[in-house]
Amino acid sequence: MFMRGLKRKCFDGEEDIEGTLAGIKAIPSYNLQRQSLLDMSLVKLQLCHMLVEPNLCRSVLIANTVRQIQEEMTQDGTWQMINMQNTGQTSVDRLVSTDILCRSSREQAEGKHVPGYSTFSKDFEGDQAQDSSETMSTASSVQALRNLQSNVWEMENSQENKGNFQKSLDQIFETLENKSPNSVEDLFSEVDNSYYDLDTMLTGMMSNTKMGHCDGLEPFPSPTTTTSSSNCKSDLNELDHIVEILVES
Amino acid sequence: MKIHRRIGALRKMKCFPCQFSNTVKSTQFNTSALMSVFEQADIISTVEFNHSGELLATGDKGGRVVIFQQEQENKTQSHSRGEYNVYSTFQSHEPEFDYLKSLEIEEKINKIRWLPQKNAAQFLLSTNDKTIKLWKISERDKRPEGYNLKEEDGRYRDPTTVTTLRVPVFRPMDLMVEASPRRIFANAHTYHINSISINSDYETYLSADDLRINLWHLEITDRSFNIVDIKPANMEELTEVITAAEFHPNSCNTFVYSSSKGTIRLCDMRASALCDRHSKLFEEPEDPSNRSFFSEIISSISDVKFSHSGRYMMTRDYLSVKIWDLNMENRPVETYQVHEYLRSKLCSLYENDCIFDKFECCWNGSDSIVMTGSYNNFFRMFDRNTKRDITLEASRENNKPRTVLKPRKVCASGKRKKDEISVDSLDFNKKILHTAWHPKENIIAVATTNNLYIFQDKMN
Repeated sequence: MFMRGLKRKCFDGEEDIEGTLAGIKAIPSYNLQRQSLLDMSLVKLQLCHMLVEPNLCRSVLIANTVRQIQEEMTQDGTWQMINMQNTGQTSVDRLVSTDILCRSSREQAEGKHVPGYSTFSKDFEGDQAQDSSETMSTASSVQALRNLQSNVWEMENSQENKGNFQKSLDQIFETLENKSPNSVEDLFSEVDNSYYDLDTMLTGMMSNTKMGHCDGLEPFPSPTTTTSSSNCKSDLNELDHIVEILVES
Repeated sequence: MKIHRRIGALRKMKCFPCQFSNTVKSTQFNTSALMSVFEQADIISTVEFNHSGELLATGDKGGRVVIFQQEQENKTQSHSRGEYNVYSTFQSHEPEFDYLKSLEIEEKINKIRWLPQKNAAQFLLSTNDKTIKLWKISERDKRPEGYNLKEEDGRYRDPTTVTTLRVPVFRPMDLMVEASPRRIFANAHTYHINSISINSDYETYLSADDLRINLWHLEITDRSFNIVDIKPANMEELTEVITAAEFHPNSCNTFVYSSSKGTIRLCDMRASALCDRHSKLFEEPEDPSNRSFFSEIISSISDVKFSHSGRYMMTRDYLSVKIWDLNMENRPVETYQVHEYLRSKLCSLYENDCIFDKFECCWNGSDSIVMTGSYNNFFRMFDRNTKRDITLEASRENNKPRTVLKPRKVCASGKRKKDEISVDSLDFNKKILHTAWHPKENIIAVATTNNLYIFQDKMN
């Protein structure tokens, strides 16, 4: 479906004269390029102005690109590799209740796209088992994403449907992890499944702690896995701690 | 109340006084010659001629509207068309703050559309992301003098000193152009408004945001009808947004809207109240040999414009301009490559976000030439009849006032010829997104980031 040679072109464009030689050398790094495109896209989704509403068209286009990459990675079997390495499955049940609560409040609110994409941490955790060179870039982007994520959630927790769009992507990843990656249709079929992901849990936690905003709009009971929910302001250690708990349980 | 603006990393607010460079007169005409250059205080975000072409309006990022007026033709200089001078400047939109969402609403003017002139005053619609305003621009060149109870400076006279009565008369005064907001159409859009279009009935107009299109009556501000809604029940399923919309120039029941997936839908308002089902769907099948991860992004349509005749419409996507016959849905009748040399650079353009730039396009008065902008302050014109095209540059350094514009050429790869510019030396910060063509004459307005260029073509 994708002509490998074609994708290489855009990167080779930078390399000018030794393009032809680089082309031959670039064949094995197609995955790396695709991965970096994926990383770039995810970072783009994160880095939106929070002062002014982000551009919906741009976000939709980037998200569609991410989906496309994920589809291809599924077909390649790359995704399957990630799936096998993933260990964060067992904690799923504990998150269900939180998620349902988060979802029900959110669905009442007016639909509004807020591309506060946060961690696709599960995917990246899986990635870390892969090729080390690829891991370097993804690991650092995971950190970057987590940093941004906490800031992003800070500002958005009182808004309607903040996780909706990001949830769609998380859901895609979730579907890929839980089901057979061969059934690509599954990517979009299970819209109504609970979202067993870190983001939703964190959403619940964040919303809970910002009492001023939430009281009037979305009264969340405290999520079961919240340990210290008093100050979630960009506390990276906090998030790591929670991730640790989830992964280990 | 003063709203303090936090300076985001990507927002550049430059405030310096308006400067208007001296108008440059051209007496020699061959192809296009530079007529006027105006430096604006803020980034120009929209350019639009009125129906007669006498007035040219620009909107900028600071919420200001500047209107230029063409001088009346001088009988002695019959070979030169009137030049444009500043006619009126006013603040159309102010920055607002949405307290519920804790977000600023930008005052940037996204679109201006003129109403056809019905009386002495001029009317235009201007819109930012959320609010549309109808502005009345009127001239005042006379003022009453000779009041009985007031002095000329406005102070009230003591009535006991009045011994005779006189009738106040109108005396000429320096021309004053006043702009006043006559209607404010607010609170109808959840998402950012990208288009407004006035219907051929001159009574209604549409406004389109990312997911919805509303129909308004110009007299009624507290109500609008939703005629298109593509918002999915689950926002998670959102994969497509509306990018532009326009009414048909002659059929008051027909309008089109374009999407981020490269499709155009033509809708008939007579079919149903909610025009979610299109009457026609214009889409060109994808070229499989050009497929890449960026295919969808570059197929996203940034502008759609009907021809003056109403038979054709033009769409602009990232790399090309396409002309569609309204009677044929499966492919465009003409395709013009604007800057095909960028196809191999899509990854870099994605990285620096240039791939999301929304270029506009326009027809000339006779629908024979179409024009659109590009990077490096280049703009392109395509002659539909001769199939010739030309690349010109809007820049003060390279264009002396009296000389003809020199055609430019971009060298895609290989050996660069003299006077050619290589792709890698293009300046992607200098982009021409907004252009406009006079409805009757060969005068064009081209907006670079901060400058408005007005060019005119040869007379004979």
